Amino acid sequence: MNPVGPRLGVLASRVRVEEKAIMAALDRRGVAFEHLDPRTLSVTGGAAWAGPEFVVNREVGHYRALYAASALEAAGATVLNSAAATHVSGDKWHTSAALLAAGLPTPATTLALTSEAALKALEEIGYPAVIKPLVGSWGRLVTKVADRDSAAAVLEHVEALPSPQSHVVYLQELVGRADRDIRVIVVGGEVVGATHRRGDEWRTNVARGAASEPCPLTDEITDLAVRAAAAVGADIAGVDLIEAEEGRLTVLEVNDRVEFKGFQSAHPGLDVADRIVDLLLSRAAA
Amino acid sequence: MSKTVLAAECPECAADVGLDADARVSEIVECVECRSELEIESVDPPTLVRAPEVEEDWGE
Repeated sequence: MNPVGPRLGVLASRVRVEEKAIMAALDRRGVAFEHLDPRTLSVTGGAAWAGPEFVVNREVGHYRALYAASALEAAGATVLNSAAATHVSGDKWHTSAALLAAGLPTPATTLALTSEAALKALEEIGYPAVIKPLVGSWGRLVTKVADRDSAAAVLEHVEALPSPQSHVVYLQELVGRADRDIRVIVVGGEVVGATHRRGDEWRTNVARGAASEPCPLTDEITDLAVRAAAAVGADIAGVDLIEAEEGRLTVLEVNDRVEFKGFQSAHPGLDVADRIVDLLLSRAAA
Repeated sequence: MSKTVLAAECPECAADVGLDADARVSEIVECVECRSELEIESVDPPTLVRAPEVEEDWGE
C-alpha cells in the first residue's frame, strides 16, 4: 500500500509489549509507518497535515490520547479508535451511560455530583459498594467500601483531590464474582478471543498481578462483547465482563486502548497485533 | 525471542543494560541491576533515560 498509498502511524509515548507487537506486525508486512510520539506532537487547526492519514491510537495517557485523536481527526486523519470512542470509553460514567442506552446489562451505577450526595446515595445502594474514579485504569483508586464510616473516609480523600472532575463520584454495586472476570478482545466488530482473569484480590486487573487463562467463547460472551464495543463506538476494544447473579454476565467496562499482553500469553495461537494491523490496513485501503 | 545485541548505560546506576536487536525508541526496559524503569531514547547510539512517572490518567 505505501509508499504510494496512505501514510500510516502508531501514536504512542510509551512503547510497551503491545505497541512493539503492532509495530512488528507492520514491519513483517513490509508496511512503512511513522511512530508519532504525543510528547512531541502538535497539530495546527486548519493547516495542512503532512503526517499519517491512518493512525492507531496507543497513547497510554487518556487525555493525551483523547486530544491527540481529536486534533488528528480535525486535520483529516482517521484514528483507531476514534476520538469519540476514546471520549466515551475513557470515562466510566460515559461508558455506563452508553451501555445503558444500548440496553446492555451493566452493574447498577450512580453518579453523585458531590461527596455529600454520594454518601446519601450509598444509603440507597447499600454496602458493600464500590467507588471508582471516572478516569484511570489498572484498578487504581478503585475502592470497596464496607460501611458508612469507610465510605465517609474515602469521600473525604476524594474531596481533597485537585481535579474538579475527581469530585464527581461514580458509585457502583459490588457484583457477584468480583474475584474473576472475562476480558474479551474485539477488533473490527469481531471477537478475537477471551480470557478469564483471576486475582488474589477483588480487583482482577492484570496490572495488579491477575493471571489470564483461556476462556471458551459462548454466544453470550460474543454477543455482549461485540455490542459493548459498538455501544461506545470502539473498533478496537477490551470488554470486561463479570458474572452477576445466577451466572448471568454483565458488562463492567470497555477499554479503548486495550492492553493484551496477558491475553496473548493465554492465547499464543492468536495474534491481536496482527488483527489490529489488518483493521488499519483495511480502513486505509477502503 | 530477540537476541541482545546492544548495550546502553543505565542513567541511574551506570550498569550495562542489554537491548534487543529489535529495540525501538520509546520502548520501556528495566535495568537488571537497580530495577529502574528506563526508556530507550535512541537506538543508534543506544541511550537510555529514566522512564516517565506513571500519571493519574494512564491505563487502558
